[in-house]
Amino acid sequence: MPAYYLEALTVTLGIVLLMAEAFSPGKSKAWLGIAGAIGLAVILVLTFTAVGPAANPEAAWAKWPLWNFYQFDASAKFYKIFSLLTTILVLLLAVDYRKVLARFTEHPGSENGTGEYYCLPIFACAGMMWVASAKDLAGAFVALELVTITFYILVSFMRRNVGSLEAGVKYLIIGALSTGFLIYGIAWVYGTLGTMNLAEMSEALIPRLVTPIASEPVPYPAVPQLPLLFGISLVLIGLGFKIGAVPTHIWIPDVYQGAPTPTTAFLSVGSKAAGFILLMRFLEPFLASDLTRGSVITLLAILAGATLLFGNLAAISQSNFKRLLGYSSIAHAGFLLLALAAGNPGSDKTLSSNEAASFYLATYLLMTLGVFFVLSQIRIQRDGESINDFNGLGKTNPTLAFALTVLLAALAGVPLTAGFYGKFFVFSLAVEADLWIPVVIAFIGAAAGFYYYFKVIRAMWWSAPAEGAQPLVLPTITKAAVGVLTAAVLLFGIWPQPILALLK
Amino acid sequence: MLALLVFLPIIAFAAILLGAPARSSAIAAAAINLLLGLAATVTPKAAWAFNLPVLEKPALHLSFAFTDGMSLVMVLLTVIVTLAAVLSGQSPAGKEKLYFGSSLLISAGALGAFAATDLFFFYAFHELALIPTFLMIGILGRGDRREIAWKITIYLGVGSIILLAGLVWLANLTGSYDIPTMIANKAMIPAEAQKGIAALLIIGFGTLVSLFPFHSWAAPAYASAPAPVAMLHAGVLKKFGLYGLLRLAIPLVPEGLQQWLTPLLVLLLGNILWVGLVTISQKRLDTLLGNSSVMHMGYIFLAIAALIAVPGNTLALPAAVILMFAHGVSIALLFGLADRIERNTGSLDLADLGGLAKSAPTLAFLFGIAAMASIGLPGLANFSGEVLVFLSAFKDYSPTAGLGPVQIACILSVWGVVISAVYMLRAYRRIFHGPAVKLTTSAPDITFADRAPALILIIALLAVGLYPNLLLNLLK
Repeated sequence: MPAYYLEALTVTLGIVLLMAEAFSPGKSKAWLGIAGAIGLAVILVLTFTAVGPAANPEAAWAKWPLWNFYQFDASAKFYKIFSLLTTILVLLLAVDYRKVLARFTEHPGSENGTGEYYCLPIFACAGMMWVASAKDLAGAFVALELVTITFYILVSFMRRNVGSLEAGVKYLIIGALSTGFLIYGIAWVYGTLGTMNLAEMSEALIPRLVTPIASEPVPYPAVPQLPLLFGISLVLIGLGFKIGAVPTHIWIPDVYQGAPTPTTAFLSVGSKAAGFILLMRFLEPFLASDLTRGSVITLLAILAGATLLFGNLAAISQSNFKRLLGYSSIAHAGFLLLALAAGNPGSDKTLSSNEAASFYLATYLLMTLGVFFVLSQIRIQRDGESINDFNGLGKTNPTLAFALTVLLAALAGVPLTAGFYGKFFVFSLAVEADLWIPVVIAFIGAAAGFYYYFKVIRAMWWSAPAEGAQPLVLPTITKAAVGVLTAAVLLFGIWPQPILALLK
Repeated sequence: MLALLVFLPIIAFAAILLGAPARSSAIAAAAINLLLGLAATVTPKAAWAFNLPVLEKPALHLSFAFTDGMSLVMVLLTVIVTLAAVLSGQSPAGKEKLYFGSSLLISAGALGAFAATDLFFFYAFHELALIPTFLMIGILGRGDRREIAWKITIYLGVGSIILLAGLVWLANLTGSYDIPTMIANKAMIPAEAQKGIAALLIIGFGTLVSLFPFHSWAAPAYASAPAPVAMLHAGVLKKFGLYGLLRLAIPLVPEGLQQWLTPLLVLLLGNILWVGLVTISQKRLDTLLGNSSVMHMGYIFLAIAALIAVPGNTLALPAAVILMFAHGVSIALLFGLADRIERNTGSLDLADLGGLAKSAPTLAFLFGIAAMASIGLPGLANFSGEVLVFLSAFKDYSPTAGLGPVQIACILSVWGVVISAVYMLRAYRRIFHGPAVKLTTSAPDITFADRAPALILIIALLAVGLYPNLLLNLLK
C-alpha cells in the first residue's frame, strides 16, 4: 500500500466521525473516542504494510510528483507509528475525562458539546504524520500548522473555564509569533540556498568537484554564511515553540496547567514529537556540511544548555503537578536538544543523534502518557492536580502507587526503566562530542529531576492521606492503559532493542 | 547460572506481588541463593558466566561472570546476609509484601551489581536496589523517617549521578561498556582525563560508601531503617562503592587516583578518627551502629589507598575484600541483634537499658560475639581483614626512605581500633551488664527460631576468622 494512504485514511476517519457526531442524537459521546481509537489502531496496523516508491518503482503511483514533497523512510514510519499511538492513547484518555469536559462546555453537565473533542486529535494526528514525511519545508510548514491550529481549539476547549480560555489565548499569541519566526526563517534559508527541498539544500552545501585534478582542494559552494545562519536561528526559535525550548518556552507552564488534561498530554508528547521530527529533518543538511556544522552545533548547544537549566531549576519549586510536568517537559526538550547538538551521524558502534532522540521521545511517550492517565483520575476524583492530592496513594491504592512510582522513576531516569536508556544515550553522545558545559548542566538537571519527581513519590508513599480521602477507583480503560504503559516502561528498560529496531 | 542467582529474588518479588506468601517465598529464594552461592565456590568459575546481548549499538550485554574472586566473595556476602535478613525480619502487620519484596529487590540489585561484567548493568542494578531502600525507610522507618529518607534520596541520587558522569566518560574513552574490554583498552584513556575521572569516581563511589565528608546520610538512615534494610544496605549494598573503586578505578585510572592520594588519606582519616569520636558520644545503639559502620569504611579505604600508592601491592586487594566481607557480615549481625533487643525490651536508648544479660543470656552472648568481631578480636573475620590492611600499608616500607603518607595515615588509623573498642565495649556494658532495670527484668530471651540468622552470620565470621584462606584462596 502506498504510504500516503495512511494520512488520507486518517483524515477520512476524522471527517466521518465529525459527520457521525453531527447527525447522531445520542447523549453520550464516549463511543466517538472509542471508534476513533479503533480506527487509528487499524491505520496503525496498516502502517506496517505501507511502502514508498523505492519498494515498487514501476507502480503508477510511484511516479507521481507527490514524492517530491513526501517521503517514506524508516524514521517517517517510526514517527507515524508514534503519532498514531499517541493519538490513540489521548483519545482513550479523553473518554475517561469526559465528565470534566462536559462541565465546562456549551451545555454544562451534558456531553452535547464535547463530540468534537474526539475528532480534532485525529486531524492533528494526520498533521503529525505529514510532518514525519516532510521532504520540503513548504510542505512541512503546512503540515505543522495543521497540528498547531488544531491545538488552538483543543487547548481552549473547556471554554467556560477561565483557565482553559487564558491558556488558549496564550497559546494562540505565542504560537502565532513563533509561526512568524518559522516562516521568516524558512524565507531566509530559501533566499540563500535557492530551494526549500531538503535534499537539494543538502546538495547546495556540499563541495563539488570543479576540476578533475584530485590534488586541488575542493572549493565550497559560495553560500552567504551570515544570512543562512540568521535563517537557521529563526527556524530554531520557531521550532523551539513546538518543542518547548528556550526562548519560546514561556507558554508551557500556563498552557499545560490550563488546558484539559488530555490536551496537555497530547501537547507534551505529540506536538513535541512533531516539532522534533521536523527539527531533525531540517538540521540534517546543515549538520552534514562542514560549511555550517560548527555554527549549528554551537547554536544547538546553547539552546540545549539554556533549556536544560531553565526547565529543571524552575520545576523544583512547583507544587502543582501538571505545572511540574510542564516544566519537566521543557527539561526533557533540553535533553533531546543535547542529543541533536552532539551532531553524531552514527556508526556501527554508536547510535546517531537522531536515533537517540527518537528513542528518547518514544520512551517519553510511554512514561508521560502513563502519568497523565493517573493525573486525570486524580483531577476527576479528588478535584485537584497538586502534589498534595497524591498524598497517601500508597496506602489507599498500592498497585496504582507502584505503577506511578515506576513511571516517575523512569521520567527521572532511574536505571532498568526505559527512561534511563534515553538519558544514558544522550549523555553518552554528548560526552563523546565534548560538549562539556551543556553536559555538566545536563547532569545537574538530571539530579534536579531526581529531586522533583521524587517529591511526588514521597507524597504517595510517605505522607498520610487527607482526611476522608476516598480511595481512587480506576475506570477499566485507565487501568488497562496504565498497566500496559508501566509494563512497557519496565520491559524496554531492560531490553530496548525493539524500539531501536523500528528506526532501521 | 549466575543469571538465575540474580533473577531469583526478582522472580520471588514478582510472585509476592501476585499473591504468593511473602515471608516463605522470600526465605525460599534466599535459601536457594545461599546454596547456589556456596556451590559457586567449589565449581569452575567459567561455568557460571551468562551473556545476553540487549542492545546492538552501543553494544550492551546483560552479562554476569565471576571475572575474579572479588565478585565471588561479594556475591557470597550478599547471599549470606540476605538469608539472615529475611529470616530475622519481622514485618509490621499488613506490610509483608512491601517488607519482604523490598528486601528481595535490594538483594537482587546488589547481586546484579557485583556479578555484572557490563558497566551499564553494573550501575543499573545498584540503582535498582536504592529505590526499595528509600521507600522502606520512608514508609516503615523509625524516628524522623520522612526527613531521613528524603536526605538519603538526595544524597545517593546526586552521588549516583556524579558517578554516572565518570562512568560514561570512561566508557566513551575506552569505546566499550564491557568491563574486561575496558580494562584491556585502558591505554586509550589520556593522562589528562585520568585526574578528572578519578575525582568523579572518588566522589561518586565515595558518597555511596559514606566517605567523609559525604557520610552524613548514613548513620541516621541505618538507625531509622527497618532491620533487613539496615542489614542489607549497611552490610552489602554500601560495599558497591568500594567494589567499584577496586573493579574500575584502580585498574583504569591508577595515575589519576595517585594525584588524589593525599586528599583521600585525609578524608579516610576523617572517617576513622572524626566519625569514631562522634560514635563514642552516641546515646542510642542504632545511631552508634550506624556511625560505627561509617567509621569502619575508613579502613577499607585505607587498603585502597595502599593499593593506589603502590600499584603492585599484593596484600592490599585481599585485605580490602576480606574486610568488606567481614564488615558486611558483622554489621548485619549487629543490626539484626539490635532489632531483637528493641523488640524484646522496647528501647535502644543506652540510658534505658542495663542488665539484659541476666534475662536474655543467649542474646547477650550472640551480641558479644558480634561486638568482638566488630572491634577486631582475633579469631573473627574482621581481625584478619584489619591486620591485612595494616600490613598492606607497610608493604613497601623501607627504613631508609622513612614513613610515606600511607604509613602515617595507617599509624593514625590504628587509634581507631582503640576508639571502636571504647564505644563498643561501653555499649555492651551499658546494655547487658549491671543491675537489671525496668525494661530488662522481664525481657524474653532470643527464641530458637531467631537464633538461626545470627548463627549463619556467626559461622561465616568464625570460618573466615579462623581460616582466612577460605576467602584468600578464592581471590587467587
